[in-house]
Amino acid sequence: MLFNAFLQALREIRRNLMRSLLTATGIVIGIASVIAMVNIGKGASESITQSISQLGSNTLYIIPGQERGPGSQSVMVKAFKMKDVEVLKESITTLKAISPSESTTMTVLYKDKNHQCSIRGIDNGYFDVQNWALKAGRNFENSELRTGQNVCVLGQTVIKELFASDESPIGKKVRLENFSCDVVGVLEAKGANTFGMDQDDLVLVPIKMFQRRISGNDNLHLIMAAVKENIPLEEAKLQIQRLMRERRHIKTGEEDNFSVRSMTALLDTITQITSMLTVMLGAVAAISLVVGGIGIMNIMLVSVTERTREIGIRMAVGAMAQDILVQFLIEAVVLSGIGGIVGIIMGMAITVGVSVAMDITLVIDPSITMIALLFSMLIGIVFGIIPARKAANMNPIDALRYE
Amino acid sequence: MIRLEKVTKFYGRGEGETRVLKGIDLEIKSGEFVAIMGPSGSGKSTLLNILGALDVPSGGNYYFSDTDIRALTKEQLALFRRYILGFVFQGFNLLKKTSALENVEMPLIYLGMKAKARKQQAIEALTSVGLEDRIAYEPGQLSGGQQQRVAIARAMVTHPKVLIADEPTGNLDTKRGHEIMQLIKNFNAEGITVIMVTHEKDIAAYASRTIYLRDGMIEKESNHAV
Repeated sequence: MLFNAFLQALREIRRNLMRSLLTATGIVIGIASVIAMVNIGKGASESITQSISQLGSNTLYIIPGQERGPGSQSVMVKAFKMKDVEVLKESITTLKAISPSESTTMTVLYKDKNHQCSIRGIDNGYFDVQNWALKAGRNFENSELRTGQNVCVLGQTVIKELFASDESPIGKKVRLENFSCDVVGVLEAKGANTFGMDQDDLVLVPIKMFQRRISGNDNLHLIMAAVKENIPLEEAKLQIQRLMRERRHIKTGEEDNFSVRSMTALLDTITQITSMLTVMLGAVAAISLVVGGIGIMNIMLVSVTERTREIGIRMAVGAMAQDILVQFLIEAVVLSGIGGIVGIIMGMAITVGVSVAMDITLVIDPSITMIALLFSMLIGIVFGIIPARKAANMNPIDALRYE
Repeated sequence: MIRLEKVTKFYGRGEGETRVLKGIDLEIKSGEFVAIMGPSGSGKSTLLNILGALDVPSGGNYYFSDTDIRALTKEQLALFRRYILGFVFQGFNLLKKTSALENVEMPLIYLGMKAKARKQQAIEALTSVGLEDRIAYEPGQLSGGQQQRVAIARAMVTHPKVLIADEPTGNLDTKRGHEIMQLIKNFNAEGITVIMVTHEKDIAAYASRTIYLRDGMIEKESNHAV
């Protein structure tokens, strides 16, 4: 009976093909929007997560002072010294790598070309913390780090701006405004980060050299540390906090005058925001599904009126009210289901298109696809029930007399 | 087999009330061929609709083999029509854009038959009305006579006990009308009770008994044989 009703539904859709297609368009648009919005949202979220992971999801940032809301960094806090880095390196066994990081913006010159970029003072731990390999050359030698020699490692953007494509920068001298340094290494390209910032637009120099030549003091405002695999970030964070409190003579009950931050917190916030946006966009798209459902109800009501005599004939040959109800309900469900399937295909196509065009991770969530299909069929039931009941409640003799 | 006792049918209420049937007493035996005649508005179609369980009487009793039809629910009436009755209408009432085979198969769907058996039985029914070469034709591709044959095949495919025919030749020319009547007569000869409304005397002559209605009452009855 159900199978026959299904075949009958297909026959009716074929009989009024254009009308059926236009009716299903509402559901197609609704489902396609939901699928595309949710998948694109998830893809964007995934891309952000990946980018942040590249920044180092196992990375801790140790900063002097405590952040107290936007723009209210506490003042007059004691900066870190290289000794802090050394003690951390020796004492915290959960750390894989550690490096100070001081940076500023300067103009780099080579021959007749100049380029403004970020200059970062680091030690060799930086390459491990950032998981950044060298494309050519080498990292800093211990003697260079210890004495703060004028050597540097260049990012790909700086090379592109200053050097000819066939020229190797290794062994060349570049000028950092008023002093020169020897290029000893070239970094692998990293590309832009999640926030669109070019990560390759930098020059790395030994921290000692940075302090002596650029900042003019031995203060450190950032220490970066990578936590070993399988070690919970919180554990390492607590160890660092304990040690730094001791080193900075903070008494029990006193607030830290430094902070240890991780990308996970940022990741959580961003994930929360993107999830919220995804839900909101999905909800907006779902409204169009309701509009599509109303379209189906409208057409089904027209169909019931048009087929009144047919309903009478069916009742005369012995169809019960529930047979008629099921038949019209299945027609509505098949119509919305077809709309749902087309919508899913269209939604996936939009997802792929947008993902490629916007260079975000392609995510096709099978659960949302199933939910969308079931939801489209549910819409058929919800909006098909009124027309189906109207048909089922007809009086056979009135239906047969209908002109 | 069929017994009507003082069956009445009213439409409307109060001053606007129309009394279509005013106390019909009628008994139809199994295998009978009964024609109902009468002028327009005499209540013959209303009586046929009540006999066909498409309409319910306002008063009186309707028994079918001692079953009180008035006591049946809407769903039971549908089952009564499904298993006991077959209908032939003046306007054929075939489903448009649906083949003759599918039209004839339709009542079998409600009997819950499997597709293969259903198709077989529908082909047999169409063969019995001489349309075995027209099974794939849609009503629009068939003549009036052929359409009524399809309608008869649809009515007979479930092997009903009673065939209810409302002016079955009303839309046909004389020759086709007599061909249709011969078919109905043949089914009657096989033991099926036929109750038919007609306004044509030569069509009513196929029946073994004719009931004349006037103003909602039986005016007279006549028995005859062809």
